[in-house]
Amino acid sequence: MLSPEMMDLLLSGTWETLYMTIVSTLIAYIFGVPLGLILYVTGDGGIRRNRAVNLVVGVIVNILRSVPFLILLVFILPFTRAVVGTTIGSTATIVPLVVAAAPYVARMVESSLKEIDGGVIEAARAMGSSTWQIIWKVFLPEAKPSLLVGATISLATILGYSAMAGFVGGGGLGAIAINYGYYRYQSDIMLITVILLVIIVQIFQEGGLKLVSKVDKRTR
Amino acid sequence: MIELKDLTKEFKTSKAEVFAVRDVNLTIQNGEVFGIIGFSGAGKSTLVRCINLLERPTSGSVIINGVDLTRLSTKELREARKKIGMIFQQFNLLSQRTVEANIRYPLEIAGVKREAADARVKELLELVDLTDKAKAYPSQLSGGQKQRVAIARALAPEPEIILCDEATSALDPITTSSILDLLKSLNQKLGVTIVVITHEMRVVEQICDRVAVMSAGEIKEEGTVRGVFLNPQSETAKRLIEPSHSDALSTPRANTLRLAFTGDESGAPVISDMTIQCDTMVNILAANTENIGGKAFGQMLIELPEDAASQKKIKDYLDGRGIHYEEGGDA
Ligand SMILES: Nc1ncnc2c1ncn2[C@@H]1O[C@H](COP(=O)(O)OP(=O)(O)OP(=O)(O)O)[C@@H](O)[C@H]1O
Ligand SMILES: [Mg+2]
Repeated sequence: MLSPEMMDLLLSGTWETLYMTIVSTLIAYIFGVPLGLILYVTGDGGIRRNRAVNLVVGVIVNILRSVPFLILLVFILPFTRAVVGTTIGSTATIVPLVVAAAPYVARMVESSLKEIDGGVIEAARAMGSSTWQIIWKVFLPEAKPSLLVGATISLATILGYSAMAGFVGGGGLGAIAINYGYYRYQSDIMLITVILLVIIVQIFQEGGLKLVSKVDKRTR
Repeated sequence: MIELKDLTKEFKTSKAEVFAVRDVNLTIQNGEVFGIIGFSGAGKSTLVRCINLLERPTSGSVIINGVDLTRLSTKELREARKKIGMIFQQFNLLSQRTVEANIRYPLEIAGVKREAADARVKELLELVDLTDKAKAYPSQLSGGQKQRVAIARALAPEPEIILCDEATSALDPITTSSILDLLKSLNQKLGVTIVVITHEMRVVEQICDRVAVMSAGEIKEEGTVRGVFLNPQSETAKRLIEPSHSDALSTPRANTLRLAFTGDESGAPVISDMTIQCDTMVNILAANTENIGGKAFGQMLIELPEDAASQKKIKDYLDGRGIHYEEGGDA
């Protein structure tokens, strides 16, 4: 039914999509986790309350989160070129994906941390823990299951963004869907890419939740 | 020695200002088991949280073995806190760590070497009788077991003081009793000073040497457990000692006697012996007595017969047996 060339195209599109999504998510977490920690630690009831820092980080995060992804992508093209030397293809898409996802991840991380039982934090303080010790030995391990749930959701969201980037020169399945399905009216190709995207999201979701239930020690 | 001097903690909210603790002066000796009792909202938790500065007092000082904690730097305060263990009503264990890893936590943050820490954890597990649960997670334990883990964790850095905020309030009476026994034995074996916050008189009865009664942020009275129990001065103390479900005990009518049993009386059953000796009947209106170590401890409200002669007989009988009583109503 499908030509071998088309099969190859879909296969490499799938790999590109996985590459963009996973690498972007990882980098987004490298920035997002510290940002989320800052938001949480300096926020109301945090262990190092700091209005000014909380406000500045909060505003930056909110601004980035409220810009629609496609507009952000176009808007930061010069920045993207400066970082990776090009504005088209999968690697170039990673830059706007990270810029869009990091603030999103920061809020996800913040909300996971907010679920931690206040009594446990108090006990850690009462034992004479330093701020860093509380972050490393209490916050992150106690929030781990919730952070993993968040990562699963982030992964699916970033996958969606990566497909959107296909509109403006990004690679992956999104680009294939647009180039063949939209511009050349090959709706069967469009359908196949959508099915592939759904399958990838499903795998992320299932795998993530399995991992969480294995990692979480709160249930017997 | 813990000295609280003119300690005041005021909470300012948008609507009101609450003095959770007001001008508290208290001295707790080393090696003592000290109770702080009061009704909900009295300010007990706030007071005990001021001792390790989880709550910074608005004014006053917290002096532990001569060092004023309110004047320490953040780093010095962290070191001071390592010598003050704390256990909580909700246990507050790390849910993602095993029992042994929970107990190891304070050793980790103190930088104790892995091998030394492991040995100490093993010792503590034996002390609280949880060796077989070393690899379990808190979610797999009962409330009493969780509190024993919390006690072991508090003991790990060899503290001089342990603060207990309603440590047994989430437990059933039998478990409560065993946890209190454990605390008492630690006090006797290790000489650790224990401060117990509670709203239950029987907790104070079971383990405390001295007790302070708190209400509306203030210490209303303070003394030995027996002294306060035998002869409560403040309204709060009287209400705490008497069972809350019985209005009869808090507002005694005429022709009633409130008897206090302080464990000194001989083993003979007082009421039945009294009715025989005095050849009269009494009506027990309310009682809150407990058998502690084979001795009666508590209070009882009895209604006397109408005639003055029988009443006198009964009072003479009680005087003769050395039982303390207080007359209700106008008498
Ligand atoms: N963080 C806070 N902000 C404002 N008010 C507070 C705060 N913490 C305590 N209070 C108030 O201080 C008073 C004393 O509270 P506290 O928790 O010390 O009482 P408690 O004796 O421990 O009561 P309980 O037996 O219910 O635990 C209460 O009126 C309470 O509302
Ligand atoms: Mg309390």
